[in-house]
Amino acid sequence: MKYFPLIWAGLWRKKARTIFTMLSIVVAFLLFGLLQGINQGFNQAVQNLNVDRLYTSAKTNMTDGLPYAYAARIKGVQGVRAVSHWTYFGGYYQESKNVIPAFSTDAEALFQVYRELTIKPEYLEAMKRTRTGALVGEKLAQQYHWKIGDRVPIGTSIWTDKQGSNTWQFDIVGTFEVPSAGMPSFYFNHDYFDEAAAFGNGVVHYYIVGIDSPTNATRISKEIDAMFENSTNETRTQTESAMMQMQLKQIGDINFIANSIVGAVLFTLLFLTANTMMQSVRERTSELAVLKTFGFSDGKVLGLVLTEAFLLCLFSAALGLVLAGLVFPALKPIFGDFKMPLVVVAMGAALAMLLALVSGLPPAWRARQLNIVDALAGR
Amino acid sequence: MKMWRQIGSVTAMNLRSIPQRLSTSLVIVIGIAGVVAVLVSVLAMSTGMIKTMNNTGRDDRALVLRNGSAAESGSVLSRDAVRLISDGAGIRRDVDGKPIVSAEGIRLVNMFKKGDGAEINVVLRGVGNKFQVLRPEFRILEGRMFNAAVNEIVVGKSAHAQFKGLAIGDRITTRGANWTVVGIFSSGGDSHESELLADIDTLNSAERRGGGAQSVNVQLQSTAAFQAFKDSLTSNPALAVDVYRERDYYRQQSRTIGRVISVIAYVVGGIMAIGAIFGALNTMYSAVSARLQEIATLRALGFGSTAMVISVLSEALLLSCIGGAIGAVLAWLFFNGHVVSTGGTATGQLVFELTVSPQLVVTGIVWACVIGLIGGLFPAVRAARLPVATALRAI
Repeated sequence: MKYFPLIWAGLWRKKARTIFTMLSIVVAFLLFGLLQGINQGFNQAVQNLNVDRLYTSAKTNMTDGLPYAYAARIKGVQGVRAVSHWTYFGGYYQESKNVIPAFSTDAEALFQVYRELTIKPEYLEAMKRTRTGALVGEKLAQQYHWKIGDRVPIGTSIWTDKQGSNTWQFDIVGTFEVPSAGMPSFYFNHDYFDEAAAFGNGVVHYYIVGIDSPTNATRISKEIDAMFENSTNETRTQTESAMMQMQLKQIGDINFIANSIVGAVLFTLLFLTANTMMQSVRERTSELAVLKTFGFSDGKVLGLVLTEAFLLCLFSAALGLVLAGLVFPALKPIFGDFKMPLVVVAMGAALAMLLALVSGLPPAWRARQLNIVDALAGR
Repeated sequence: MKMWRQIGSVTAMNLRSIPQRLSTSLVIVIGIAGVVAVLVSVLAMSTGMIKTMNNTGRDDRALVLRNGSAAESGSVLSRDAVRLISDGAGIRRDVDGKPIVSAEGIRLVNMFKKGDGAEINVVLRGVGNKFQVLRPEFRILEGRMFNAAVNEIVVGKSAHAQFKGLAIGDRITTRGANWTVVGIFSSGGDSHESELLADIDTLNSAERRGGGAQSVNVQLQSTAAFQAFKDSLTSNPALAVDVYRERDYYRQQSRTIGRVISVIAYVVGGIMAIGAIFGALNTMYSAVSARLQEIATLRALGFGSTAMVISVLSEALLLSCIGGAIGAVLAWLFFNGHVVSTGGTATGQLVFELTVSPQLVVTGIVWACVIGLIGGLFPAVRAARLPVATALRAI
């Protein structure tokens, strides 16, 4: 600790240079924090998904749909707690850009499958009584100022009703809390939908299967798929995380893109910092020689220079990551509610240390090897 | 005149001394190369996608969907509707006097990417029997065209290149049928090259669906006949449809994702550029401070401050242009022609090539120059403002 003032003075020997180097490291780690934060955030969101739920869809493609009659048979599989279902509605409100994540479902079973969703029992009762009823997520209701008792027209890009209209009327009978942004938040009765739809009757897109224990997930999904093998409607049953991963992969290899950009940024930065450290040691050749004359050992001089590099890199990297953490809440409307994952902070710290080592070691080694007489003579 | 001579000689002197300051000069070059490479590569993605979508569709063809459906996937047209649409005004007729229309329906089929094995949705398009007249750009590259009434398909060359199990002779499974791949086609670099094609009636009967379709594609008599065609359909009370020019429809399908990619490119590129500006400032300040006495001597000899400013700025510009060019070349070497696919468009996977166009290279170099200018400006001003006496005393 007693050498700290010495290191500090070395660091600020040329203020402008140190500040500019710091700022470019800050910028690089800001970018690293943002990209890896989003990337890891997605990964974690996928991993944290519920493990006691399975999704069964048509093997050929989800959009092919499955017969409504499968519900009872899936329910008969041992270890299945509850079965509900989803049919995509492709909903929008007023304009097609106001997308409403609307699904037809069996509401009572749905809230048994999704145990983390909470709803007042009287709303579920009302939903049962009202054919045209709809249960709406609280945030969605707030967004469009919908209240219980409102009749809302929801457009659909897929379904027409028997009158040939593609705007359907629903009566809001209750609200519920949606824990994560990616979840559907507008549910209506499948019975009503099935009766009113002009085509596609008797079909659902996903069966959502609640199971009693995650350890049975593999066995139950195999049993469900085996039950319908070689029928016209073969099924495929996946866990929640497998399904989400598949949907993310549809967009593209996010992982690869984030890693390539971060790689390019860090390589560029490494060169910059290494150059600064090199330059600063070269300029101080005679000063370091004086230190050695005073009796500083070779190792100590190496330590001094290296510590300087560590101080510079770690401090700037921390600043960059803090900035990225501050930006995250602003991304909420796009990516939903996730914070900077801790693993990214750890990765950032490791990278900063690596950066300090790679950029600081060559000049530090040079300082260590310095011969007092030659250095003082300026040779 | 004298000023120009001064600028010329000081700049030349400056540039000649770059080799002595090679490693600091490289900071600008490499820093900017990194920024430009990332910017150009990401923009090459949206450029490639837009190029593919712009190749898709022509102005003298129209596409009809059920009203309110934003894309083909959400549309349903009954057999009657298809017939009424085919009778619309302004449709070109072939030698037999039949209207050139193709009623088409799409299904999504699960396939796996060759690269990472990711499971994705690929479009299987059922097309009408006038399809080849309607789309003269369609060509069989290998194998042959499918026979209607048998379960045969042809696959687009992009789909063939990107997804597993689509070689001639391979089989794919959809609801209710197995299909044999009998040919590979190209269609002028458009989005249909990411698709699989079959006969629509065969596709419908395999699924025991009715004779409906999801879209009707028509060949107009001319580009100008569009309005007449559209009016004849929208005024028909038995039809509830939206009519698009084919080109407009496909352009609109890729607009959102294209915009998202551009925003990502400029945000990431912008943040990196800020970092590179600090790097450039560092380099140029140290270049100026390495030549303090030299600059002071020149000033004492009567060289003007403009000459100093310009000499520093041109050094920064030269280095950043080299960096920008290296970055653009790297992006071109690694990514031009690189095939990727995304499901971000409204239907299925779109396969396209990353395209590093000349405009992108220019954009990259412009960015490089702006970074160089900002990074060089403050050090240049410092060089010009240097008090001559103090600087000389330092000798």
